[in-house]
Amino acid sequence: METKKLTGSEIIIKALQAEGVDTVFGIPGGAVLPLYHELAVASIRHILTRHEQAAAHAAEGYARASGKPGVCIATSGPGATNLVTGIANAYMDSIPIIAITGQVGLAMIGRDSFQEADITGITMPVTKANYLVKSIRDLAATIHEAFYVATTGRPGPVLIDIPKDITTQRAAFHYPPRLRLPGYRSRVEPHALQVAQAAAAIQAAEKPLLFIGGGVITSGAHEEVRQLAEEQDIPVIMSMMGKGAFPETHPLFAGMVGMHGTAAANYAVCETDLIIGVGVRFDDRVTGKIEAFAPRAKIIHIDIDAAEIGKVVPAHIPIVADARQALQALLARLPEKRERPAWRQRIRRWQEEHPLRYDECGLKPQYVIEELYRLTRGRAIISTDVGQHQMWAVQYYPVDRPRAFLSSCGLGTMGFGVPAAMGAAVARPDETVVAITGDGSFQMNIQELATLSHYRIPVKIILLNNGYLGMVRQWQEFFFDRRYAYSELAGNPDFVKVAEAYRLPARLVAAREEVVPALQEALETDGPFLVDILIDREENVFPMVPPGGTLNKMVTGGRQE
Amino acid sequence: MKRTLSVLVENRPGVLTRVAGLFSRRGYNIDSLAVGRTENPSISRMTIVVDGDEQIIEQVCKQLNKLIDVIKLSDITDDPHVGRELMLIKVNAEPAVRGEIMQIVDIFRARIVDIARNSLIIEATGDADKIDALENSLRPFGIREVVRTGKIAMLRGARTKGMEASGDGTGV
Ligand SMILES: Cc1cc2nc3c(=O)[nH]c(=O)nc-3n(C[C@H](O)[C@H](O)[C@H](O)COP(=O)(O)OP(=O)(O)OC[C@H]3O[C@@H](n4cnc5c(N)ncnc54)[C@H](O)[C@@H]3O)c2cc1C
Ligand SMILES: Cc1ncc(C[n+]2csc(CCOP(=O)(O)OP(=O)(O)O)c2C)c(N)n1
Ligand SMILES: [Mg+2]
Repeated sequence: METKKLTGSEIIIKALQAEGVDTVFGIPGGAVLPLYHELAVASIRHILTRHEQAAAHAAEGYARASGKPGVCIATSGPGATNLVTGIANAYMDSIPIIAITGQVGLAMIGRDSFQEADITGITMPVTKANYLVKSIRDLAATIHEAFYVATTGRPGPVLIDIPKDITTQRAAFHYPPRLRLPGYRSRVEPHALQVAQAAAAIQAAEKPLLFIGGGVITSGAHEEVRQLAEEQDIPVIMSMMGKGAFPETHPLFAGMVGMHGTAAANYAVCETDLIIGVGVRFDDRVTGKIEAFAPRAKIIHIDIDAAEIGKVVPAHIPIVADARQALQALLARLPEKRERPAWRQRIRRWQEEHPLRYDECGLKPQYVIEELYRLTRGRAIISTDVGQHQMWAVQYYPVDRPRAFLSSCGLGTMGFGVPAAMGAAVARPDETVVAITGDGSFQMNIQELATLSHYRIPVKIILLNNGYLGMVRQWQEFFFDRRYAYSELAGNPDFVKVAEAYRLPARLVAAREEVVPALQEALETDGPFLVDILIDREENVFPMVPPGGTLNKMVTGGRQE
Repeated sequence: MKRTLSVLVENRPGVLTRVAGLFSRRGYNIDSLAVGRTENPSISRMTIVVDGDEQIIEQVCKQLNKLIDVIKLSDITDDPHVGRELMLIKVNAEPAVRGEIMQIVDIFRARIVDIARNSLIIEATGDADKIDALENSLRPFGIREVVRTGKIAMLRGARTKGMEASGDGTGV
């Protein structure tokens, strides 16, 4: 029987459907016109963003909130290069997205043709893999391989560059094609001996700490983490990427570690005798000065990526494996119960002595977030931008479940928050999605108000407006003699009017007592909403470990602890 | 510390860029890199000599292994192996000094492959030490140009650095 031949565009769509894709984010252009022609009549939902960077961030928000890969599409040249920041962001945080870019026709490649950019060359260092499809016969297999590579092992973004003529040529379509990846190994079994050593180290430890990160969320290992913590009575600290991997309201939770982490978590690191790192990469925002990080501790490091072991800190007991599998193996080797009351109480005392605190007069951002937490009963999906507001969101909105806190952590990309929230809201229409943003970050993708408005995507934007690139101003205040070089955002627009111009309801909040009613209105109104909140302009984020400093030397409200 | 890595890679477009890009992006130092196809035309072998402390070498190996086009990587520095490099060197050679140069060429078992009025091209193979020594010996005459291939290497005895791959995707 002869198989019907399909065009390249039809193959792309059929392959996406076979991979379970229901939504894509993108902007059309010359090189992807044939693809868009088919997309218009396909069952896949296409969301037209107003900038390709936002399409990439939306795909990432979709992936983070749903656990499925997000997909974005752009045309050749400027469309493709506009994706780059979003791709780099997904790379740094190990989030699976698929970027499909149009390319000039095969015969035109390499001639500086109109809207030609070597996007596979440009994105080589910020993708897990990328492909330039050179024959229609490879198209389906490449798409399948791209999804496979993006979502297995340590996930990451994958880009597929498709010349325009390939999207109109025809070929037979078989799916899924055979995978052939002799150089790619995504599954590794936890090594029995190392698991046994880890179990022994946990039993011998008096002051162990579970340090969990993004890998726990990727792996879906949150239940195993909880079981290990509870059965062995081990306090838990997290990286920012680990937020939600362990309930922050749990009595064993000690806080986020690192530069803006809690005093309890940072003190605990300085005293612990065993760190059980699960799906963490010991970022410099976490460790501070490396030589002084966890000076008394043995380190068990569980990571699916062998290259992470020993990259920053030496691991005494490395386990290269998926977190969930490794923890299951570990749990099977440990006795059922263990109590460590002294260590638990020591951490509790630190928590009581050094709680997060702020001065309550005026209109404080921390207060806004606490009220948001109360009004959403801690059940919203929070997306943030980058800056002080991001840190306040981390500190004052405890999260109890995975995939409910989305933030640009590794790259720290201003402009991430709103489009990522958009992707999350599309992926999880049953959830309340809130974007906490700053006046600087918001303006880096403010055009997405049009997307939110047009599709009525119900993102609630909480704008913590301080008239500054606040995080920069804070560093200038602390480390650069208070010379606020170009960090004041003079010339900010009237954000409420901007929102209204996009036909989005909006409210201005200028006093403390207006916070709750405005938040309530935002949450109760159907569809998107903006709350522009004029917070105390020079509020700072505390505690803070100065960059390269030691974790137990935190600055809190101007005082050294 | 110099290490010799023998790396089997898929012969896909861009693979050399990926490997070279990894070195520059992560700040590793490549001493030399030689690449060519193997007995299997869809697979190439790279011989990479890299300089760095133990921790850096470990990272180089792990990061290279993560590249999807890298099928297999072995550090063969400590295995008995034959390592060779080819050099072409063009030296000034006034007729008066040619005899002296030819003696040096003989000692190093190199060959003269081209003669011009005032210069010679000499071809030499050997390990890096020998090649360096030859280059040093010729320096007093005035070196005009040096081209070196970088090291290629093969394990001694019957052992091979095989192509058995351990990757995904034999099924589905
Ligand atoms: C302004 C600003 C301030 C910041 N301050 C802080 C701070 O105070 N504290 C802080 O913690 N962070 C902070 N960050 C974030 C920080 O930069 C890092 O992004 C973060 O610490 C990294 O988190 P992680 O270690 O969990 O690694 P991730 O980037 O989440 O990496 C995940 C790790 O898990 C592994 N992995 C993936 N999948 C699996 C699997 N299935 N099984 C096992 N392992 C797996 C990966 O190989 C990788 O090593 C800040 C960021 C910004 C922008
Ligand atoms: C794209 C980008 N450019 C610059 C920076 C450097 N940067 C980090 S935080 C920050 C200020 C953010 O300002 P705003 O969004 O208003 O947040 P605030 O700190 O005031 O809460 C800047 C400029 C960045 N992280 N990302
Ligand atoms: Mg600001």
